[in-house]
Amino acid sequence: MSVLVYLEHADGAVKKSSLEAVSYAKALSDKLGAGDVVAVGLGSIVNDELAKAGTAGASKVLHVSDERLTAGIIQAHASAMAEVYKNVGASTLVLAKSSLGDAVAARLAVKLNAALVSNVVELPETSAGYQVKRSIYTGKAFAITEVTKEHKILAVKKNAVDLKTDGASAAVEAVSVNLSDADFAGKITATDKAEGDILLPEADVVVSGGRGLKGPENWGMIETLAKELGAATGCSKPVSDIGWRPHHEHVGQTGVKVAPTLYVAVGISGAIQHLAGVNSSKCIVVINKDPEAPFFKAADYGIVGDAFEVLPKLTEAVKALK
Amino acid sequence: MKILVCITHVPDTTSKIQFTDNNTKFDKNGVQFIIGPYDDYALARAVELKEQLGGSLTVLNVGEADTEPTLRKALAIGADDAIRVNAHPTDSLFVANQIAHIAKSNGYELILMGRESIDFNGGMVHGMVGEILGMPSFSPVMKLEIDGDTVKMAREIEGGKEQLEAKLPLIAGCQEPIAEWKIPNMRGIMSARTKPLQVVDPVSDEVATSVSNFQLPPAKGAVKLIDKDNVEELVKLLKNEAKVL
Ligand SMILES: Cc1cc2nc3c(=O)[nH]c(=O)nc-3n(C[C@H](O)[C@H](O)[C@H](O)COP(=O)(O)OP(=O)(O)OC[C@H]3O[C@@H](n4cnc5c(N)ncnc54)[C@H](O)[C@@H]3O)c2cc1C
Ligand SMILES: Nc1ncnc2c1ncn2[C@@H]1O[C@H](COP(=O)(O)O)[C@@H](O)[C@H]1O
Repeated sequence: MSVLVYLEHADGAVKKSSLEAVSYAKALSDKLGAGDVVAVGLGSIVNDELAKAGTAGASKVLHVSDERLTAGIIQAHASAMAEVYKNVGASTLVLAKSSLGDAVAARLAVKLNAALVSNVVELPETSAGYQVKRSIYTGKAFAITEVTKEHKILAVKKNAVDLKTDGASAAVEAVSVNLSDADFAGKITATDKAEGDILLPEADVVVSGGRGLKGPENWGMIETLAKELGAATGCSKPVSDIGWRPHHEHVGQTGVKVAPTLYVAVGISGAIQHLAGVNSSKCIVVINKDPEAPFFKAADYGIVGDAFEVLPKLTEAVKALK
Repeated sequence: MKILVCITHVPDTTSKIQFTDNNTKFDKNGVQFIIGPYDDYALARAVELKEQLGGSLTVLNVGEADTEPTLRKALAIGADDAIRVNAHPTDSLFVANQIAHIAKSNGYELILMGRESIDFNGGMVHGMVGEILGMPSFSPVMKLEIDGDTVKMAREIEGGKEQLEAKLPLIAGCQEPIAEWKIPNMRGIMSARTKPLQVVDPVSDEVATSVSNFQLPPAKGAVKLIDKDNVEELVKLLKNEAKVL
């Protein structure tokens, strides 16, 4: 028996959250004696990138290089993973929670007759049964979930496990799978992606702006600070609703849920729906001119002040640190 | 066109989440329930599609009797009829089996759901139903237009979006800006009272998971305020105390 890991990649690099999933799988296998950790990459990606799964804890990496799998087509990915899962004789599949990962895992759960637990935050407890802790109510609570099927799929929440970096290098082996036309039911006609930007859901540091910034022309301040910090930029929902910023930057209950080590919120009031998207951050800094802004209650550090005054100073102070 | 929209009945997004009975039950005390925000987008788009193309629009919920006001609200927004599968929806596989069974017997051409429920945040029921029915599923879909038997969609991918085309029938997990939330008007509310709401029994009781108990996250410590004329201090604290720089 072994533990299989589904790797996602973007712009030619394996996603950090997928490497965390590998580290989770390794810890799981060590804890339960569950056998080898085998990571699987789909579509065009170079071996050097895939081999990073070794450092994160995989003993082997399988590569299905079929071009058609480079785009995240849900059914095709599920079919490919199901075939590899059976061929390897795995008992558990681990993946990083993401909108693609969730959808692929859902179809896999039916194909493999497996129990799927999403948003997993800890290793399973197996002293009596098999219990997994998962985050629910958009980070406002946890559910201890009893799993009753032999085959298991665990979708791990970002930043819930420490990334292992001391693993041995793993060999990458090419494998092929049988895919049918039905697996490619959706035809992608165009892709529109900001190249080179740090992906918000993956980012280690996020700088977000709210309506307090008054208008899109003031986002330069946010971008400059983000650049200094190596951060991705985010925003509140009204900001993307009015079109100041693109929709994929909207953070919160109905937007992206981030889990960075540092979240800097500027001119955001801290409505409960916004907090739901940031409550997995390790450290939160709030800059707001209103000392009564609810965001201060959720923050680790705060500055009561005008963003237009504080941001440039903060950017300088970060620069000075280097 | 025959459209099915699957809706959840979930605590209002501002609710304080608490549990009772030794942390084994959700505490409904003082909690306002709403249509899941993503399901509400799906419903709004479905109403627009029905206006444009004709046909029928059914809403479905797997839940106990207390979800009926939420189904009535969906009828007031514009659905023609509602189905409630009378069961407590604890497990995604269980819910997916119920939805798939009803979809199979009624031959819907388009099934819209939310990208995820805001109680369990699984994002998986649409994929499971798709796999059970052998139907393609797409999520998160932020634009959806029908052109004959072709569905043109925009799907959010990390850092951007992609345009997609697929044939009916299919399932989509929806999110904004697919449509604007619709607020029921007086006429809608009146007519919703007499629209059909059918209650059916669940078809299987197979589950893959069950919740043994709930926990709340530890309380957050107080914020440390730094003077606005001393931002260097903040940077120092982030580096030396929080160790995040
Ligand atoms: C169902 C539902 C789902 C929702 N989902 C989300 C979601 O996912 N994400 C989300 O963000 N919101 C969401 N919302 C909206 C949410 O309720 C708030 O309306 C929103 O977060 C407020 O955005 P804001 O803080 O940018 O704006 P405001 O509430 O207008 O706050 C602006 C803040 O900026 C401060 N400010 C003003 N000028 C300055 C200045 N010069 N310097 C510093 N500070 C300044 C003000 O003191 C204020 O605190 C949702 C709402 C609903 C009903
Ligand atoms: N109990 C339910 N009744 C009807 N539809 C549901 C139910 N649970 C989930 N769904 C649908 O499936 C979507 C995804 O839910 P989930 O997989 O729980 O995140 C939701 O947005 C709904 O459209």
